[in-house]
Amino acid sequence: MTEADISLVDWSRAQFALTAMYHWIFVPLTLGLAFIVAIMETIYVRTGNEEWKRLTKFWMTLFGINFAIGVATGIILEFEFGTNWSNYSWLVGDIFGAPLAVEGIMAFFLESTFIAVMFFGWNKVSKKFHLVSTWLVAIGSNLSALWILVANGWMQSPVGMRFNPDTARSEMENFWDVLFSPVAINKFLHTISSGYVVGSLFVVGISAWYILKGRHILFAKRSMIIAAIFGLISSIFIALTGDGSAYQVGKVQPMKLAAMEGLYEGEEGTDLVVFGIMNGGKQITPDKEKQKENDDYLFAIKIPKMLSLLTARDANAFVPGINDLLYGNEEYGIESTESKMAKGKIAIKALYDYKEAKKNGDLVAAEDYRKTLEENYSYFGYGFFETPEEAVPPINLTFYSFHIMVGLGFFFIGFLMLIIWLNLKNKIEKQKLILRLAVPTIFLGYLASMLGWIVAEVGRQPWAIQDILPVKMATSHISTSSVQITFWLFAALFTVLLIAEVSIMLRQIKIGPKEGGQ
Amino acid sequence: MKKNIKIFFSLYTEGFRNLSTLGKKLWILIFIKLFIMFVILKIFFFPNFLGSKFDTSEEKSNYILNILTKQSEKND
Repeated sequence: MTEADISLVDWSRAQFALTAMYHWIFVPLTLGLAFIVAIMETIYVRTGNEEWKRLTKFWMTLFGINFAIGVATGIILEFEFGTNWSNYSWLVGDIFGAPLAVEGIMAFFLESTFIAVMFFGWNKVSKKFHLVSTWLVAIGSNLSALWILVANGWMQSPVGMRFNPDTARSEMENFWDVLFSPVAINKFLHTISSGYVVGSLFVVGISAWYILKGRHILFAKRSMIIAAIFGLISSIFIALTGDGSAYQVGKVQPMKLAAMEGLYEGEEGTDLVVFGIMNGGKQITPDKEKQKENDDYLFAIKIPKMLSLLTARDANAFVPGINDLLYGNEEYGIESTESKMAKGKIAIKALYDYKEAKKNGDLVAAEDYRKTLEENYSYFGYGFFETPEEAVPPINLTFYSFHIMVGLGFFFIGFLMLIIWLNLKNKIEKQKLILRLAVPTIFLGYLASMLGWIVAEVGRQPWAIQDILPVKMATSHISTSSVQITFWLFAALFTVLLIAEVSIMLRQIKIGPKEGGQ
Repeated sequence: MKKNIKIFFSLYTEGFRNLSTLGKKLWILIFIKLFIMFVILKIFFFPNFLGSKFDTSEEKSNYILNILTKQSEKND
């Protein structure tokens, strides 16, 4: 058996998706709330107003609940790497080792040290030292996220490494290329700022609930204005980093970009779909006539030439569609997937011949095979495909996830602007409809953030490592039933933990802020 | 210096001693969760696949190389 059977791959992916998405329930709130709490405490230290201390302590308590229940949920992903994804883990081990080790040290020393000061240090350390600790927890949480996202960025765009055919491992050639990969940097900034928006919407939503209930009005309005300003700045920043991310996707993952836009046939001056319904009758086919039979969308509102402008910084640039990338487009110099598959097979054969030559002591031949492998290594993963169509990710899921995420992103900008304006005009208490809308908007923040991950991870299928290793080659050869058992175990454990989190959080919100805090 | 170290440790000892009901509840939850994850799940359900099958790095490398190049072996 060379590749794992489809059901094993799907169950392993489902399990990883379940654990990653569960982990991601906690992370964005930690990232966002940590900064909001730090800003509130800064105001307290600067003004000496005890009301701001009360605010700080209340939101810090909710931060603590989220942190406590979410802590170590990411470790499960590392368990899965070793058990379910051992081929992949072996291949990337040396690349992931450094960022994850730095992450471990950062998370453990920075967060766990200063989080103790944050919660236990009131009245024990000076106001300023406490404030510095709170900021360090916020910065430490975000730095932890940096290393994970650098590792993820590398999977989307494997740079700064060299494949060692003797050990079958990727070895880091340049740490800085990995760290400062444009994909990783954009991913980091886009992802953490989505966490800031989730945190902001959380504070705005709960504050709105207090105002609706007529409780802690001043407290709620102060919390709301801080969170809304922080959230608005973050939302605008997300739009900018989203543009940077899409530009990078266009450069290194053009198939993902085509799926995000549901673009089957490329063209010069491509329009951007603002809103659209995909045409289910559209087919992927090498037949040029059939390709033109159906429109890509049943209905679409488009901005002329915007996709070309966003992804190539040129309004008339050619943006390749799915069919161009699959079957090639000579006019625009786009290589077909079949051609890449042939080169991938040459790379795999060269690796095999290298291994055999080394075994037989023929070092001259081994050196020739190594060179052939290196020349074709960037196509290595394509060699495992049986048909070119394997290179296409789930188009509908990627398209709708992307468009709903972007739509929500713009909604948050407008909504937070409205919240700020109503607060500044002192009209927020009378706007019951807006206040009622603010409460479920908390969940829309989570939804947008999750959809972002779906775009990033589903959109890059079938790759575990872009162009190098498809998921079907990345899984361990274990039984499907063992993955199914742990899938359901996790589902049960996570459900219990989530119920615990929500009930503890709701209870604490109902109690509300107290004089002196928790 | 000695004084600072004392303050640092008292932060933890007094902090834990004076935990609120909520704090105690969260710590209990953390310990139960860590126990389930590291003792039950890790040991019984998540063995390191390569580590449990092979002893040396060379054996692991050969195994992965064989998987990656199996198609060429068939065609040889």
